[in-house]
Amino acid sequence: MNRRFSWFNATSLTLGFAFLYLPMIILIIFSFNASKLVTVWAGFSTKWYGELLGNQAFLDAAWVTLKVAVLSSTLATVLGTMAAYVLVRAGRFAGRTLFSGMIYAPLVMPEVITGLAMLLLFISIGLDRGVGTIVLAHTTFTMCYVSVVVSSRLVTFDKSLEEAALDLGCTPFDAFRSVTLPIIAPAVISGWLLAFTLSLDDLVISQFAAGPSSTTLPMKIFSSVRLGVSPEINALSTLMISVVTVGVITASLVSKRSIARQRAEEQAAART
Amino acid sequence: MAQPANRPVFAPWNDPNEKPLIRFQNVTKKFGEFVAIDDLTLDIFRREFFALLGPSGCGKTTLMRMLAGFEAPTSGTILLDGVDIAPIPPNKRATNMMFQSYALFPHLTVWDNIAFGLKRSDMAKDKIPARVEEMLRLVRLEKFAKRKPHQISGGQRQRVALARSLAKAPKLLLLDEPLGALDKKLRQDTQFELMDIQEKTGTTFVIVTHDQEEAMTVASRVAVMDHGKMIQVDTPDRIYETPNSVYVADFIGDVNIIEGRAVRKGDDKYAIAWAEGQPDILGTSSAAIDQGTRVHFAIRPEKVAIASERPEGRANVIEGTVSDIAYLGNISTYKVEVAGGRMIKAQVANERRLARRDITWDDKVFLSFTDTAGVVLLK
Amino acid sequence: MNLRRLFLIGTPYLWLLVFFLIPFVIVLKIALSDYAISIPPYTPTLDLSAGWEGVKSFFAALDFENFSFLASDALYWKAYLSSLQIAAISTIITLIVGYPIAYGMAQASDEWRPTLMMLVILPFWTSFLIRIYSWIGILSNEGFLNQLLMWLGIIDTPLTILNTNVAVYVGIVYAYLPFMILPIYAALEKLDGSLIEAAEDLGCSRASAFWLITLPLSKPGVIAGCFLVFIPALGEFVIPSILGGSSTLMIGKVLFEEFFSNRDWPVASAVAVVLLLILIVPIILFQRNEQKQREANQ
Repeated sequence: MNRRFSWFNATSLTLGFAFLYLPMIILIIFSFNASKLVTVWAGFSTKWYGELLGNQAFLDAAWVTLKVAVLSSTLATVLGTMAAYVLVRAGRFAGRTLFSGMIYAPLVMPEVITGLAMLLLFISIGLDRGVGTIVLAHTTFTMCYVSVVVSSRLVTFDKSLEEAALDLGCTPFDAFRSVTLPIIAPAVISGWLLAFTLSLDDLVISQFAAGPSSTTLPMKIFSSVRLGVSPEINALSTLMISVVTVGVITASLVSKRSIARQRAEEQAAART
Repeated sequence: MAQPANRPVFAPWNDPNEKPLIRFQNVTKKFGEFVAIDDLTLDIFRREFFALLGPSGCGKTTLMRMLAGFEAPTSGTILLDGVDIAPIPPNKRATNMMFQSYALFPHLTVWDNIAFGLKRSDMAKDKIPARVEEMLRLVRLEKFAKRKPHQISGGQRQRVALARSLAKAPKLLLLDEPLGALDKKLRQDTQFELMDIQEKTGTTFVIVTHDQEEAMTVASRVAVMDHGKMIQVDTPDRIYETPNSVYVADFIGDVNIIEGRAVRKGDDKYAIAWAEGQPDILGTSSAAIDQGTRVHFAIRPEKVAIASERPEGRANVIEGTVSDIAYLGNISTYKVEVAGGRMIKAQVANERRLARRDITWDDKVFLSFTDTAGVVLLK
Repeated sequence: MNLRRLFLIGTPYLWLLVFFLIPFVIVLKIALSDYAISIPPYTPTLDLSAGWEGVKSFFAALDFENFSFLASDALYWKAYLSSLQIAAISTIITLIVGYPIAYGMAQASDEWRPTLMMLVILPFWTSFLIRIYSWIGILSNEGFLNQLLMWLGIIDTPLTILNTNVAVYVGIVYAYLPFMILPIYAALEKLDGSLIEAAEDLGCSRASAFWLITLPLSKPGVIAGCFLVFIPALGEFVIPSILGGSSTLMIGKVLFEEFFSNRDWPVASAVAVVLLLILIVPIILFQRNEQKQREANQ
């Protein structure tokens, strides 16, 4: 691309990012509004945060969500990494096409259908719905995202590194543990983060998989949002947005720094 | 070429009592329909520096990967020290491999890379550091032990890879295009270093390369491969001087190929009729050739002399016109058009300065060579 | 096949079979069951212990009643059509909004691009629900958009936007914009700049160079982006239920209500099966496009 940044580019970027970010900025600003009327500014206040923290139902839902997210994303990372390894490295085996189909299908499947199918399974095998079933459902759909992230890293992974490990006396499992895994670790970690976020965020599948006693935070938000805008939800949203923003910016700064350092070291090495 | 002249000649392949270290017996390897190795039989001896040479896709890498254990032959057997290695997985084989990409573990230091294989061998834990230090000394990288692979230069990485694969003192070291990633100057220095290390450690080396100069420089024997078959296995000088086929002659170095019909003129001498109204070319062949067979006469450009006057007492003299001159500094190559529009190349060392050169474009010249300078080839 | 390999392939395989494939077989089966058998509490009618006879009686009991019900009730096919329409229109709007952004990013300098990239990806990591929710305050009758327009004197009475299809369009465009920007940006970014210079050298104006070179070469990205928006938009549930009104017909919402409000499982399952069948076409087209790009890259 020859880069000639024009006024047109500048305008479209400004308008585009304004569109992407203004709604969230307004939401954040109005979470500090003193008035209950969410569209009229009545002075700065943090009282909604206080009320939020005093709301046991929200805290319970948050706890359920966190539990589900940690369990399901960890399980999904193990299964998804295995699946990625099978996709990239296992070569031919019976039912391979079905396997890769089952990996990619959940990515394009409407959530209502996945949720419905899960629920019907749980009922037909007589599984009581609750935190456990949400974890099962989340693991299933997030493991596919993990395997896509990990397999795209494995594809570019120099296979001769594994062969070198075998050649130097490793068993296949030892080669995976001491060579492959440390090298693909960043992809596995981002797979875990993705699975974690998707699980935290999921509404539809949880709605189907959850029992009456288990409510996740998105379910709680959804039921209150249907009644209209509330300053408490604004406060909750602000907290969630801040956590994600800080996380993503930190991660990108860290990776930017490590890439820069690696480049500098490579250049230094090339000069010697 | 690789042997110093003042030592007893190292030629175990000529000794019928010598047992080979590696024996390929009728080995065939297929990938689906594609035949990568085609019924190949080959012996490699202890302490040899054996080069597998050929264009990409000729099967040389497959052959090496079968030795390392990453591929299994479709049929036939591979013996290492008389033992069939088919059932032995790569991690249990007494061979080690130096990978084309070096395959250095990026998350480990140079020291840990070299120690990697030792930690997985039956070597006592307290002996490992000494062995790693020894390997670091061998490749002169003592100062870089604590660096990660991306913190050292390409040439240093190549030496770490070599040290790592030699650390376990394998019976056989496999080198897959070991110098391919280095620039030309560094490659030449490293070739001599490799030969040095091979001699010091006494390890048998099998090297895969597509660079004929590299194969000629380092190897005790060169195997020229094409389409999964061995075309010729011989010492570098014999491969160059007496190729057994047009393919080998053409693959190694520069060559003039002249087609004609052979007529026998004495023991191993043949006259080749190659153009109307031109004197026959006199050449030598070790194999018996039937009268009138179509043959190829191969002669290296540096064996063809060029002169503006007809030379006396040469077995072969061909007249022609200079069509092109390539000046390469140390040598010049003349492309001379002879009868029937054929081009013959003659190479001359530039002993005199360019300005005093007496032959120039469109000059009428005489090409000459002896009757032993070229070889007569059947295929 | 050794034990290790069996374990490695078998574990994720079995998991997906049990928790992904079998559920779909159940959905299909219920979609083909009688209403009476399938009302909750649901009991499976496929009795595997009865062996082949069980399977035979299972197939004998199947019927297409639920599908003919779908076809006869205008609500359903209207919902499918309206979903297709909403998904298609929002995809086009997303493309019109997203292309200039992707183009601007590709034209930006090297030190800016990672930041811009992060700004596009960041919303993807924040809660979908919250991002949709944030529009309620903007689009409602007393919302910021109406306040702004009235303050500017463009309108005197508030516009009704929230709880209409317009709000659904806004929501879909907003939520899926990054999916449109990223593939287009990827296509534009690897475009060789000398192509534009060559076009201009051969007499193109900047605009015609864009039209003749940049746009055609970014086509794979455009196609990928369109499918990445269209496919999930078609089955969308959250956006129409938060921003849409009672008149907003989208099939995801219909399925959800059929299941949870009407408790009609066979019909909900049949709705799901038909939605899947509709989705197969764009999914296959999308796969083809990806395949073609992969081949082109090799």
